[in-house]
Amino acid sequence: MKHTLSILVENRPGALARVVSMFRRRSFNIDSLAVGPTERRDVSRITLRVDCADHALSQIEKQIHKLVDVLRVNELPPGESVERELALINVAAPPSRRAELLALAEAFRARVADLGPDAIVFEIVGAPGEVDAFEELVRPHGVKELVRTGRIGLARAAAPVPDGRPQYVLR
Amino acid sequence: MTNGADAVLRSLEAEGVDVVFGIPGGAILPIYDALARGTSIHHVLARHEQGAGHMAEGYARASGRIGVAFATSGPGATNLVTPIADAWMDSTPLVCITGQVRSHLIGTDAFQECDITGITIPIVKHSWLVQDVAEIPAIIKAAFHVAGTGRCGPVLVDIPRDIQEALLEFTYPDVVDLPGWRPPKRVHARQVREAARQLAEAERPVLYVGGGVLNAHATDELLELAQAARLPVVTTLMAKSAFPETHELHFGWPGMHGPKWSNWAMNKCDVLVAVGSRFDDRVTGKLSAFAPGATVIHLDVDSAEIDKLRYADVPVVGPLKPVLAELTRELREVAVPGSTEPWLAQLREWREQFPLRYGNEGEMLKPQPVLEALQELTVGSDVVFTTGVGQHQMWAMQYLLCDRPRTFITSGGLGTMGYGIPAAIGAKAARPEATVVCVDGDGCFQMTCQELATSVLEDLPIVVVLVNNGSLGMVRQWQDMFFGERFSQIELTHHLPDYAALAEAYGARGFTVESDDELRPALEEALACGRTAVVDCRVDAREHCFPMIPAGASALQLVEYPDGQAVPA
Repeated sequence: MKHTLSILVENRPGALARVVSMFRRRSFNIDSLAVGPTERRDVSRITLRVDCADHALSQIEKQIHKLVDVLRVNELPPGESVERELALINVAAPPSRRAELLALAEAFRARVADLGPDAIVFEIVGAPGEVDAFEELVRPHGVKELVRTGRIGLARAAAPVPDGRPQYVLR
Repeated sequence: MTNGADAVLRSLEAEGVDVVFGIPGGAILPIYDALARGTSIHHVLARHEQGAGHMAEGYARASGRIGVAFATSGPGATNLVTPIADAWMDSTPLVCITGQVRSHLIGTDAFQECDITGITIPIVKHSWLVQDVAEIPAIIKAAFHVAGTGRCGPVLVDIPRDIQEALLEFTYPDVVDLPGWRPPKRVHARQVREAARQLAEAERPVLYVGGGVLNAHATDELLELAQAARLPVVTTLMAKSAFPETHELHFGWPGMHGPKWSNWAMNKCDVLVAVGSRFDDRVTGKLSAFAPGATVIHLDVDSAEIDKLRYADVPVVGPLKPVLAELTRELREVAVPGSTEPWLAQLREWREQFPLRYGNEGEMLKPQPVLEALQELTVGSDVVFTTGVGQHQMWAMQYLLCDRPRTFITSGGLGTMGYGIPAAIGAKAARPEATVVCVDGDGCFQMTCQELATSVLEDLPIVVVLVNNGSLGMVRQWQDMFFGERFSQIELTHHLPDYAALAEAYGARGFTVESDDELRPALEEALACGRTAVVDCRVDAREHCFPMIPAGASALQLVEYPDGQAVPA
């Protein structure tokens, strides 16, 4: 099962390398990874998608939590978080196909980021499923190049901000 | 104003460091210059950085303090990688300080440049590449804090040469500013109460004790707990000496070469209390068949060990010293006196029924009597043992009985051949009043014997008892048992080098033992001589280490010493 982890790290050299190295060392596979600044200048957020069993997820969280640069780690549970992804897609667009492509883009609220004589670069932002769907629809037209940011996410506005420490309770 | 190198030494002094182990080189010259200009710290000059690292480990394990090693950049630093990995696996607190090329040369493939902070990412708790001289005091403070709190382990501080030479106003901080490092400090009272309840109801409990107890300085608390409810104790290789081994509640060592009674105790128990132990595969064998009927109570300071390999019915995350003390207090209230006596009687019966055995066929000296003689000659004296890795290590585990904490120092998790001699030198630096004996194999000896020079010249005398079977014995055993007796690349010979002559060449005493008659006199003289000594005991290579649980098998598939059978040819 796929899980999204949100990891706050101190903005220091090597912090990302340590997190990524932990995944490699313990043979966990990263699906996608996005890193960027947060509301605090000295803190970065890593949003990371991993495909693993629940038991492995708990092990991953605890191992990441032990890293000295890591301030907080928690899962973004589906339904209780907002997740977005951005894709840039360069699609073959001879004049005869443009109208159809632009209509598709309109339906998905994708923007035209650049326009060439026989291609269009679309920009789409959305929940990862929407990005997948748009990608599937334009694929038959001929995708020349594609890049996705990997998903980023936050807990929903109504949710309490998690403290991210592993919990140990009686079972 | 003071320079960065002096700041390193003033910081180490502030941490109470009395000895460091290392070798100088280009990128760490300013720190060695600072040593020459004056410090209260004694520096032990090793002959190889791997030796320096293992010495720091031996020092840490013998003293319960944090070991410190110095090395230069590039090859100096990479030679420290093995001890760092060893310390990582065995949770030995270690601060390694390496020189680095000048800041402006980093990333240019400069002479003796290597990315040591990158190389060691998977095997350190944390590392720092110092980028500003003003950071040195806070980083050293943080390094000691991280190495020695929570689950202990190695850290690395890499300092470019220009930063060692740059100037700062030195003040040593009182507090550590590490918002991301929050090892557990509290004891979870409800979990402890539940653990006590389950333990009180147990008919066949076992304390499965790991090295975490030694790191937590919790051996007194462990003894209290075991005695409070008369709980049998099994100590892993890393915990050997954490519980007095002549105590009536000690029931040996679990795992691949543990006695049958120890492994059966684990296999048949109904409540297994893992205390600072981590369900290593050399202990559990086949995980699904390990203590199959047991409720597991897992006490550990490292939350990531809980459920890593074995589900814990009652997890207790916290520092072991107060956790064990609290558990004892709770248990005293609920324990039923005498409830474990039938189980203890059963364990004693198994112990009598399945003693350790070895053959006495042939002319050659056997390895086990060497360990038996060493045990007899050192019983009751202040002795610290170290070992290499292999058959001799397992025999040392089986035949040496250690009653005092921190008197058995060995490489468990990483299984680092060559650990024994440098670890012994480090232990001697920590415990100069003790007799330090390294039980070594001939394969291990040849990996780090250059440190005999360090031992002699630094006046850190050790006694090396060489269980010399002229081969890479454990590999030989596996090839014999599991690879159809096809021996491949295991012959070292008993006589080349001439170990006693080599010892003499290093200014140490050398003894050669080839028979039972020669054994005791040589050991007695070596132990009494007060100098570094090597006792080369040439033993029968055909002798295997038993009992043995083959890799991936369960405790019930334990192979005992072949009964009435000649040793395999």
